[in-house]
Amino acid sequence: MDTNEHVIEATGLRRVYGGEFEAVRGISFHVRRGEVFALLGTNGAGKTSTVELLEGLARPDGGRIRVLGHDPYAERAAVRPRTGVMLQEGGFPSELTVAETARMWAGCMSGARPAVEALALVGLAERADVRVKQLSGGERRRLDLALALLGDPEVLFLDEPTTGLDAEGRRDTWDLVRALRDAGTTVLLTTHHLEEAENLADRLAILHRGRIAASGTPAEVTGAQPSRIAFELPEGYFVGDLPPLGELGVCGHEADGRLVRLRTRELQRAATGLLVWADRAGVTLRGLDVRSASLEEAFLGIAREASDDPESHLGVGGGPDTTVAVRGGRTA
Amino acid sequence: MSEARGTSGASGVSRAGRASGAGGTGDMSGAGEAGGTGGTTVPGGTRGTTVAGVAGRAVTRAVTTPSGRIAALGRAELTLLGRSRSTLALALLVPLVLPVGLVSVVDGMDVADVGLTAGLVLLPAAIGFSLLFGVYQALSSVYTARREELVLKRLRTGELRDAEILCGSALPVLATGLMQSLVLVAGSTVVLDLPAPKAPQLAVLGLLAGLAMCAALAALTAALTRTVESAQVTTAPLVLVSMTGSGMAVPLELLPDRLASFCQLLPLSPVITLIRGGWTGSLSAYEALGALATALAWTLLAVFAVRRWFRWEPRR
Repeated sequence: MDTNEHVIEATGLRRVYGGEFEAVRGISFHVRRGEVFALLGTNGAGKTSTVELLEGLARPDGGRIRVLGHDPYAERAAVRPRTGVMLQEGGFPSELTVAETARMWAGCMSGARPAVEALALVGLAERADVRVKQLSGGERRRLDLALALLGDPEVLFLDEPTTGLDAEGRRDTWDLVRALRDAGTTVLLTTHHLEEAENLADRLAILHRGRIAASGTPAEVTGAQPSRIAFELPEGYFVGDLPPLGELGVCGHEADGRLVRLRTRELQRAATGLLVWADRAGVTLRGLDVRSASLEEAFLGIAREASDDPESHLGVGGGPDTTVAVRGGRTA
Repeated sequence: MSEARGTSGASGVSRAGRASGAGGTGDMSGAGEAGGTGGTTVPGGTRGTTVAGVAGRAVTRAVTTPSGRIAALGRAELTLLGRSRSTLALALLVPLVLPVGLVSVVDGMDVADVGLTAGLVLLPAAIGFSLLFGVYQALSSVYTARREELVLKRLRTGELRDAEILCGSALPVLATGLMQSLVLVAGSTVVLDLPAPKAPQLAVLGLLAGLAMCAALAALTAALTRTVESAQVTTAPLVLVSMTGSGMAVPLELLPDRLASFCQLLPLSPVITLIRGGWTGSLSAYEALGALATALAWTLLAVFAVRRWFRWEPRR
């Protein structure tokens, strides 16, 4: 048993709803001690279904899970005192105050820190006497986080911890997660915010339709993706007028009306070739966008395959055609 | 729990500090972790993080017990019950008001022919109403509300076991029901000149069985109930059947034999029988054991069904 190495081990996880819909279809990964691991994916990719299995809320329909060396469902008494969980959505009686909620949780938890301290960690100390129903969405998320931290867990599960938070709240949560990681806490979080995964995760897995489509460090996942050049061809020019794409190091292209997108693993060579051609031909490439491979590209590439699925939408501001940079992207 | 925090202080003791201080304190993660954390181990245990105290480990960990957890949950539920005015009003008033309406009905019955007085009809009826409205219906709403608010799901992520969650949530309602029955007994004794019970142990057993059964049936009903509002509807069948067929409005002694022997098998019938028998002292050992067995059977059946079919999350 190597719990010091792998705090979470999932092997061949499957989860089927109602005997037909397979939400999780054979997922395997592991999380090392003191690591922040992100499950990234569109809505409906299977993130929450997977996390609930890891939390021990449900028994997997296939595969094996070990959290701190134990089965989180069958051996919950051995696991629960050492884990903290933040669900995707609330789960607190609306008529209790923040302090009453925290006190109730502390009473149900081994080795709980003082409720005031946990509330202070997330900046809710002044709201202690407010009823849960009067909290804003962001405050509720922070209360949830405070309660997940109440037992000072070794392993923390955060299901979309920053959804509904404003930019400042998100930064605060990130700082908190980093501080926890630095103090040795193992964190597994789900997110559909690319920025969050890039900023926080030591390693990540991109989930798509119940399977892991890509995994590794953010750099590894990004490195597997081609860079991209997009521009509009001037009137009267066609893709065939460009220099031979193979010679530019372009490994793929799409044309949509006048809009052309090139994919390349040799960005400098491709960009130089293209710009030299444009210069010599005396044309202006409108909307020119030259971009290194990014997590966004990796994510969009995977999500593009799901574009026939109306349920899937991304956490960044726009679909595959936008040129909005990842860091500028925001959902409401 | 604050007294269990020990000496870790506010500066943010890292895991290294916790592990080095863990020897002999029963910290279940053990001192071996200090060596295993490698690069993340910070010597000295006095290091501050950017957020003070972010992983300040309790040096001694107070381990919770089932009763401690149930008490913590029950306390929160009691607060909630106190804030739920309509539930509280319904639960407290109905058992007091309904028997008053029953007085004229009882006057028209030949209760004396079967050796009963008005008090011996009204008290078991009032306790029955208390169990139905104050416990069964109220608790069905509570379970449904907590499930729909995702409270039950959230509780299940912690150390509480499933049975502890259901017991803790039921605690204030059960305590209220018990208190209410005691008040009804005292009131009947004074107002209706009810004599002291001849076999009080039967009445106590009947009441406790009724409380347990109503809690289990409430959980089962909640599994079939989608919203708090619809709990009024889903609880109606048992409420109506019990009021008419369990000897509450009309004592089973006044029914034709074959109908009476069928009605004896309804869930709340043995409860009423035992409570009334506790006062009259007229139950034979065979009748008393039969009633207890019936009550137990319904309770176990409901518990089994809850284990099998209870829903911890809303339907999607």
